[in-house]
Amino acid sequence: MVSPDRLVEVTRILKEDPAFQMNFLMDLTAVDYLTFGKTEQGQGAHANTGIAVRQPMNISTEEPWPGRTTAARFEVVYHFFSLPLQHRIRVKVPVEESKPEVESVAALWATANWFEREVWDMYGIRFRGHPDLRRLLMYPEFEGHPLRKDYAVNKRQPLIGPVN
Amino acid sequence: METQDASNLETRDMLLNVGPSHPAMHGIIRIVTKLEGETIRDIDVHIGYLHRGFEKMSEIVSYNGVIPYTDRLNYVSPLINNMGYCMAVEKLLGLTAPERCQYIRVIMSEISRVTDHLTCVGASAMELGAFTVFLYMIKAREYLWELVEAVTGARLTISYCRVGGVKADLPAGFEEKTRKAFAETRSVLKEVDKLLTANRIFVDRMKGTGKISQEDAISYGITGPFLRATGVNYDVRKACPYAVYDRLQFEVPLGTIGDNLDRYYCRMEEMEISMRIVEQCLKEIPGGPVQVDPESGRPIPAAEMVDKGKMGRINEIAGKTAVTDPTLEGASDRVRSTIGVEEKRVFLPPKEDTYGNIEGLMSHFKLVMFGHGIRPPQGEVYQAVEGANGELGFYVVSDGSDRAYRVRVRPPCFTIMSALPKLLVGEMMADMVPTFGSVNMIGGELDR
Repeated sequence: MVSPDRLVEVTRILKEDPAFQMNFLMDLTAVDYLTFGKTEQGQGAHANTGIAVRQPMNISTEEPWPGRTTAARFEVVYHFFSLPLQHRIRVKVPVEESKPEVESVAALWATANWFEREVWDMYGIRFRGHPDLRRLLMYPEFEGHPLRKDYAVNKRQPLIGPVN
Repeated sequence: METQDASNLETRDMLLNVGPSHPAMHGIIRIVTKLEGETIRDIDVHIGYLHRGFEKMSEIVSYNGVIPYTDRLNYVSPLINNMGYCMAVEKLLGLTAPERCQYIRVIMSEISRVTDHLTCVGASAMELGAFTVFLYMIKAREYLWELVEAVTGARLTISYCRVGGVKADLPAGFEEKTRKAFAETRSVLKEVDKLLTANRIFVDRMKGTGKISQEDAISYGITGPFLRATGVNYDVRKACPYAVYDRLQFEVPLGTIGDNLDRYYCRMEEMEISMRIVEQCLKEIPGGPVQVDPESGRPIPAAEMVDKGKMGRINEIAGKTAVTDPTLEGASDRVRSTIGVEEKRVFLPPKEDTYGNIEGLMSHFKLVMFGHGIRPPQGEVYQAVEGANGELGFYVVSDGSDRAYRVRVRPPCFTIMSALPKLLVGEMMADMVPTFGSVNMIGGELDR
């Protein structure tokens, strides 16, 4: 978890510090936590299935995940890989809904260019200093950002028109 | 007549749209090129024509419901996608599939890798005029797809993997069929090698074109054969071994300069290595295919059993086992624990139990009914597998409900496509065809 204003600094260290040497930016994506844990179904690992009463040995009962640490709506997720040291790291940057902006890392990893365009397209998160922030998968006239949780699955686009 | 001074002549860049529908574009993609004469000055790649909202759809169906969608990501090697997704959910659940299942998965994904490379090499050779090669390669792919069909019941939309296992065991005689299919494939590869490797036209067009340096390839996040052709030794199967890859002996072929010819060599070499991996797996795989013994099980057709039960003729069916009409040879297997985890909250019971007793029926419905199904604990995982094009990653976030909160795919050809300007600018227009062919763009995983 990295604060948005330290992002470039931290990622540069990850790339250049001999202890990390993260030369691959494997993946860059975002998650919209708007409805996280608010599904009408019951919470908890297997509480509601009601199938098995016994606690099996091969599903770990301990919580593998510390849970969310911030209340920000979005998180931009970076997956790095270091070829010389063969290790991976996941960096997450919380992004507030009121100001969906993150610093671009396209200058450090060329592949961030398209990944960031996709995140802008799907989530509407802007990347400051990005050379060419256009929609990537959607067309320019598309309205809204489809992977946001408040974008309805069956929403129609004006260019496509209503269902007959 | 005065001869005109060449410097006074007006030159203008020409804008040329290659695609969205173009014979040399493997999927639907548009490349807007700016040409000066025949040299490419600038390109702009437009993708998204095949966007079907995979990631959005994955959020509204159950965990098992995503599996058929993953078939349609890389539709040339769907088994690897299946495996990647299932392994990500298993990691989320903290489960490990049984050993035999892992071997089966490795076998199937290596067969897929061969079919993928066959398609890629065949198609790019066809675009350079070698149509015969394409037909030969498709013939070889056909033998392998028959194998896939024998195991999974389908050729393309296979949906074979399950969270915690696979749908069915290998059918009887699989080893023999594999040997035959591989013999055919090898003879095709030998023939193709003769047709292409010493072919002046082919080599002239591949050599030195579409070159990329190691630093650039790494910076663009390129993986798979495309990266290995530059000489960087990175293969997920070796670097972060999953399933049983750490137990198998295999080499990873590397190129030297990273041009189209190197990528062709790498792919040809990898096909042979993949086949060797399969042969090795078939030797080491624990527990041979289990056959049902019809006598000891006292079987009775499932539908008949249900009918009798409804009429209350319990005595007639007591102590009998139901047999289903198997659509797949391996699915009638009584001993399912060899191919799936023994965890009934994750893995479907055998069909005989579903039809034969109330517990099996309940656990079946608890898994397939809307609002029930697999429920991993809250958490997030990233699972990478070596797809045919490179690292195929699945990033799954769970909020503890029966549907995935977020499924993200890291498609291997996405990063290669983003490097297209780097590969093409400054080259001749005609070089675009072999370079684009060696990218092996798959619209399904690129646009999702």
